[in-house]
Amino acid sequence: MTGTLLVGLYVFVLAMFVGFEIITKVPPKLHTPLMSGSNAISGISIVGALLVVGAGESPVMRWIGLAALIMATINVVGGFMVTDRMLQMFKSKDAS
Amino acid sequence: MGMTTAIQLAYLLSAVLFILGIKRLGHPETAPGGNRLAAIGMLLAVAATLLDRQILGFTWIIVGLVAGGLIGLMMARTVKMTAMPQMVAVFNGFGGAASGLVAVAEFLRVSGAGVPLAVDAGVSIMAGTLIGAVTFSGSMVAYGKLQGIVTGNAIQNSFIRFLSILLALGSLGAAGYVVGLETDVVIFFALVAASLILGVLVVIPIGGADMPVVVALLNSYSGLAAAAAGFVLQNNALIISGALVGASGLILTSIMCRAMNRSLANVLFSAFGTGGGGPVTGDDGDRVATPIEAEDTAMILGYASQVVFVPGYGLAVAQAQHKLRELGDLLRARGVKVRYCVHPVAGRMPGHMNVLLAEANVPYEQLCEPDDVNPDMENIDVTVVVGANDVVNPLARDDPSSPIAGMPIIECDRSKTSIVIKRSLSPGYAGLDNPLFYKPNSRMFFGDAADVVGRIVEEVKEL
Repeated sequence: MTGTLLVGLYVFVLAMFVGFEIITKVPPKLHTPLMSGSNAISGISIVGALLVVGAGESPVMRWIGLAALIMATINVVGGFMVTDRMLQMFKSKDAS
Repeated sequence: MGMTTAIQLAYLLSAVLFILGIKRLGHPETAPGGNRLAAIGMLLAVAATLLDRQILGFTWIIVGLVAGGLIGLMMARTVKMTAMPQMVAVFNGFGGAASGLVAVAEFLRVSGAGVPLAVDAGVSIMAGTLIGAVTFSGSMVAYGKLQGIVTGNAIQNSFIRFLSILLALGSLGAAGYVVGLETDVVIFFALVAASLILGVLVVIPIGGADMPVVVALLNSYSGLAAAAAGFVLQNNALIISGALVGASGLILTSIMCRAMNRSLANVLFSAFGTGGGGPVTGDDGDRVATPIEAEDTAMILGYASQVVFVPGYGLAVAQAQHKLRELGDLLRARGVKVRYCVHPVAGRMPGHMNVLLAEANVPYEQLCEPDDVNPDMENIDVTVVVGANDVVNPLARDDPSSPIAGMPIIECDRSKTSIVIKRSLSPGYAGLDNPLFYKPNSRMFFGDAADVVGRIVEEVKEL
């Protein structure tokens, strides 16, 4: 096993623990926004899609990259916006 | 400091913003800020990537960002709160597909260059492709079930199970072959196809009421797919974000399973909701469900001192949340203590009912959980069950042989009166009869939840 993969595994495992720590405390009321918000974060593969499209090594690669980019962007933009919409509803009635 | 280092540091900052953002999602007051913090982290990651030297042209990038951005914006703006589970499923699927496609592109790049696939890169690519494809097709089936395009019933037979195992083994075998023996494009795409079918077969056997578990699990997969793409690109930002989402989905999955007192394996493989499990027992003759009409309901509610509403999926289907809040407000104005008790697995995704009640502006402090009302149930004058079924089924408590035995329920049968608003006497998704409907202190109000609650509202105004 090479060094980069090993470092990646370290990062992955430690980040899982961080995730478990911070998420166990989220109350059930907020489970849906938590899910859609973290879902938007999983759209981070937009980074990979950008690299594939930008490198544009061949027409096939560009189409694959473009498909990935569009879907990842929908995931990111839609995910964050819909989470915000929901959270505004949770907030508005605290004020009233 | 070189550009590459600067980009890496920007990714690190993004990861930090994600962690802080998720942490803030844990409290209603800090949550909107947390969500924005995570969005800023994402913007930063995108901006940093655009500085990467690998990127030669921007035309297609702009096309992709604008198209995806507009579609995402429109979907987020127009979706109804009742359709939120479908929406989350679609976004999950797209995220998984994007991660999978990144892995596919990397495979084509390496195999096109004619160099043999290194084992570590190969394992990452196969994992990314497999998880991404399963997430995508599984989420699409979940979407279809939630939207009513695909039957919500559990479709389970030994053929599906056999085929799933075959495909899973086949995918792993193909992955092993491509990584270990020969970089074969045809076999690689066979792996893609097998994974896509596998995703369909994994979700098809799961019934409607178990959807909260599936949605949470797919959420976790989409994170793992992103992490796998991170291993492919050796990018720590993807690995960290993917791990966070993977962990979040796993926790939600386990919370949902615990709320049903079932193991994950049981949810995934036991085909709840085929209707075959719990036959309606033969003693129907001596059990009569007592119907009630709007006027009497209004009387009972209007002169009660404590009322608890128990919303379920039927509330979402009928979009009755606004009417219910109106009823709650009217009763409060009459001095009735009104609470809304939400079961963790009510609805079709974790927290589904809370979102609907929040949309209808039900104040936070009127919401409660089963443990808040159960100990004091004898003192509650009326529980009003709106479109819920299995989560109030006393069999879970009384019948150890019942498939839902041990599932924590809201014990409406112990309240002084229980009014159940329901379209018919049909059993819930667990396929079980519900003795609550036949209790002497239970009243059944048949009809569409929004319509029924609306009629009760009119009657309460007349009091």
